[in-house]
Amino acid sequence: MGSSKSSLRHIPNAQELIQDTGFSAAHIQRLYERFDLLDRDQMGRLRVPDFEAISHLAMNPIGDRIIAAFFSPGKDTVDFPSFVRILAHFQPTDDNRTRDSSGKEPYNSPNRKLQFAFQLYDQDGDGKISRAELLQVLQEMLGMQVTDELLQSIAERAIQEADLDQDDAISFDEFKKCLEKVDIDQKMRIGFLS
Amino acid sequence: NVIFYLFFLLLCIRDVVGSDFCLIAGPMRRCGHGHCWLLGTLAFFYLVLLSGVEADAKSDHHSENGHHQNASSISGIPIVTFKWHHVETPYTVALWIIVAGLCKLVIEANHHVTNVIPESALLICSGFILGGMVWGADKKQTFKLNPTVFFYYLLPQIILDAGYSMPNKLFFTNLGGILLHAVIGTCWNAATVGLSLWGCHMGGAMGDLDIGLLQYLLFGSLLSAVDPVAVIAVFEQVHVNEVLFIMVFGESLLNDGVTVVLFNVFDSFVSLGGPAINAAEIVKGIISFFVVAFGGSLVGLVFGLLLSLLTRCTKNIQIIEPGFVFVVGYLSYLTAEMLSLSAILSITFCGVCCQKYMNANMDEKSVTTVRYAMKVLANGSETMIFVFLGITAIDKTIWVWNTGFILLTLLFVLVYRVIGVFFLTWIQNKFRLVPLDLMDRIIMSYGGLRGAVAYGLAALLDENKIKEKPLMIGTTLIIVYFTVVLQGITMKPLVTWLKVKRATNNELTLIEKVQNKVFNHMLVAIEDISGQKGNNYMRDKWTHFEEKWMSWFLMKPSARKKHDHLFNIFHMINLKDALEYVDKGESNGTLEFIRNDTAFIDFKKNYEDDFSDVSMPDLTIDMGDDTIANPYARRDAVPSISLEMHKQTNYGLRESENINTHHLLQQHLYKSRNQHRFRYSRSHFDLNQDENEVQEIFQRTMRNRLESFKSAKLGVAPPKPITKHPRKDTQKKMPNGKSTEKRSYYSGDEDFEFSEGDSASGYFPRVTHRPGTGIENPSFMPDLDPRAPVQIPPWLAEGELDSTAGVAPSQRAQAGLPRTPSNLNRLAPLRISTRSTDFPTSSSSQQSNELPPPPSPPPYHPHKI
Repeated sequence: MGSSKSSLRHIPNAQELIQDTGFSAAHIQRLYERFDLLDRDQMGRLRVPDFEAISHLAMNPIGDRIIAAFFSPGKDTVDFPSFVRILAHFQPTDDNRTRDSSGKEPYNSPNRKLQFAFQLYDQDGDGKISRAELLQVLQEMLGMQVTDELLQSIAERAIQEADLDQDDAISFDEFKKCLEKVDIDQKMRIGFLS
Repeated sequence: NVIFYLFFLLLCIRDVVGSDFCLIAGPMRRCGHGHCWLLGTLAFFYLVLLSGVEADAKSDHHSENGHHQNASSISGIPIVTFKWHHVETPYTVALWIIVAGLCKLVIEANHHVTNVIPESALLICSGFILGGMVWGADKKQTFKLNPTVFFYYLLPQIILDAGYSMPNKLFFTNLGGILLHAVIGTCWNAATVGLSLWGCHMGGAMGDLDIGLLQYLLFGSLLSAVDPVAVIAVFEQVHVNEVLFIMVFGESLLNDGVTVVLFNVFDSFVSLGGPAINAAEIVKGIISFFVVAFGGSLVGLVFGLLLSLLTRCTKNIQIIEPGFVFVVGYLSYLTAEMLSLSAILSITFCGVCCQKYMNANMDEKSVTTVRYAMKVLANGSETMIFVFLGITAIDKTIWVWNTGFILLTLLFVLVYRVIGVFFLTWIQNKFRLVPLDLMDRIIMSYGGLRGAVAYGLAALLDENKIKEKPLMIGTTLIIVYFTVVLQGITMKPLVTWLKVKRATNNELTLIEKVQNKVFNHMLVAIEDISGQKGNNYMRDKWTHFEEKWMSWFLMKPSARKKHDHLFNIFHMINLKDALEYVDKGESNGTLEFIRNDTAFIDFKKNYEDDFSDVSMPDLTIDMGDDTIANPYARRDAVPSISLEMHKQTNYGLRESENINTHHLLQQHLYKSRNQHRFRYSRSHFDLNQDENEVQEIFQRTMRNRLESFKSAKLGVAPPKPITKHPRKDTQKKMPNGKSTEKRSYYSGDEDFEFSEGDSASGYFPRVTHRPGTGIENPSFMPDLDPRAPVQIPPWLAEGELDSTAGVAPSQRAQAGLPRTPSNLNRLAPLRISTRSTDFPTSSSSQQSNELPPPPSPPPYHPHKI
């Protein structure tokens, strides 16, 4: 641990990040190495092409969406703290930390996790998953195997299932309600090596 | 047959009679209150059976005597001979199966009891009673659970069922943990129980016994395995969360390999004797473990793939394709047994491996058949096993009591299970993403049920090498009873008391399914980005490989297209809706809305009141139409005023609807022919109607279609005579197949006043029938599906009567038209063509004789397009 502590000095805002995200110092250290590796031009920022260079990610049907989720609106780069904060969504939920230092919900709370999942659908950011948006996701995931008509009827059906206020779109609350039986914490969890 | 003889060393018939008598008394005592009707039926059944058997018994004695007398000289031909000995074995087997089944029936009749005491425990108890009867009648136990019968005839189907219905994803995600428990846990149990017992023996806790260290270890190893049958039986009724279930269940299946190896190794060690064991032998033992376990699994995989391949090409023999599953599964079991590999592992993996491809390849009906048959077999043999476990106990010869030995064994088995589970889960939790909590661990330790496998192995012990075999069998039985009965009973309260996470009853929702897929992709992506290679990475790799190669190789091309789970869910939801829809419609009295626009609106309205949220839009939305995004907008297209009017005159309309229906039925319902041809085919469920009928339906469909287009074009104008004969054109175009489906119907009628495009797009702007989408305009649905029997709306049919010319039936249809006098009237609308008037008036029987036999389809089959 001593060595990793010492090398944490290279990392900007390391202590704050640990406070903020619940990652251990070793996690941060490791993620920084990864960040460094991805950051091919050593600018301290990642661009979309940096992500696209990850070979397996190119095969992922919703890879583009995941990449887009790393960039806050209007920006075309992502720095290390934002990178870590996005990944923090995939930490196991910590029951003891219901509020972080600044009084916000921590990233790894089930609610925040769901929000992350929700925004993958909601590309235009209007707080609702429209039918077209859902259809797009379906097409990306299943597009090759089936006809458009079938996908459309699936999207239609899915919207109807979730749509409680009859506005032909799924709002975040509706989304949450649909998935309340699912253990979000377990579904959105990754074993981060330290 | 030899095996059956071993098993059912027959009682003489008197004893069967005796036990049957007592069986009636047994349930009565147990059930006590209520269910008199059931007992009544049961008693009646038994009386019938008894009188039969008793009569048999008498005549048996009689004929035996007669036989002896007549042995030398046959005086005449006996009219009836009684040959009990010819049928003895299968007869007894069948009787026992029925008896076991009836036990289950009686037990399941009262849910108050089964809610408290698990079924398996009750079955064992009823086994005690039955065993008591046999003992009472026979003074010895003639029926026992014989290891051969158990391992070869009762166990395989249970394991096959377990493998076939295994939740694969869950199983493979937890495989690491399961293996840890199955391998290390089982070894731990075997070693500690054996060693501790030996220690106690040395300490003098159990008196004078002739058991050495190796024998103790052998005994420990046969007791080490958690029993799949018992675990399934108990955990099925206690709905614990799925991870916990798969841990216990998977362990019970996979530890068989270990148990078999341990048992064999120690068995040969015992034969070799202590001094002959050296390091080389021990190494061999360890190697044999890997060979047996992995070899068994490999055999299973091979057979599973074989089975998948086989079902890929059984299109033409659909009726027997379910049979392959059982036979190939059983073969994999026997093959592994033959090669002295783990048979249970083999059949498990056979089931696990083939399920996906088989379900995709086989016809939906076959899949259902397999599923049900599998359950029937598995449940049946499970019942048999528990009943016989009970019966076996009622036998003086196996009970050698040694309080110290029995109690200590019980104690060690329980204690070491707990220690083992806690230790192993502690290790496991270091690697698990979702750790197992304390409650899970407690239930896992408590779920270590021993069962028939342990007893079967104990019964296999060699008496010559192990002097205390009866004691060991007795102890094993006590442990089995203790775990199955006592732990089984207390499992449910314990789970409730500890507030163990229960299984969520997951209702199918599409959005959840979609979201699950998104989750999976998301996790893989995040792992990629953060540079980890975890479970998700492996699973993703496997999925890719599977989709690319395995599916290509093992799945029918047609099945491959939509094997995604999402479509299954979608299909099932739609199916459920459709059923609900029909139910609802029928409870309203009619499904006539399919033909009748107004009734449909009425129905829709009612239906929406009840199910305001879902379902209906599915059936009414035209998915192809993107301009109208809101399904509810479409409904507004129906003039609201008509709805209201409709509501007011609801009653009157209902009445007239009824009249219409009756009229319609009388006019058009197909009456049975005088000569009803019953068709029996061993190889097909032939749902196809009489050929005449099919022809006629086609004719009606054609005419109906033309009529509707005509009236569509002309509005309220009376139907115009159609002079053109559509037959030759349709005949010409039919073979084109489905793609031209719609076109071909109208293409023959160019002399209509309207063009085809006009008819399709002008009048019916919304009728676009696509597979998978809803029905937009139900009144025209029959037109779009030529195979559906179509009935002509009454107003059209009446109009038809006036017209002088109509569509002439095709030649074939003419030949096949039924001509009984009563039918002539009913079919009047059809016979208005100019050509049909000169029908020969022959009798219908002659006609049907002229027709080709039903199974061979005629070359020209318009209804098959």
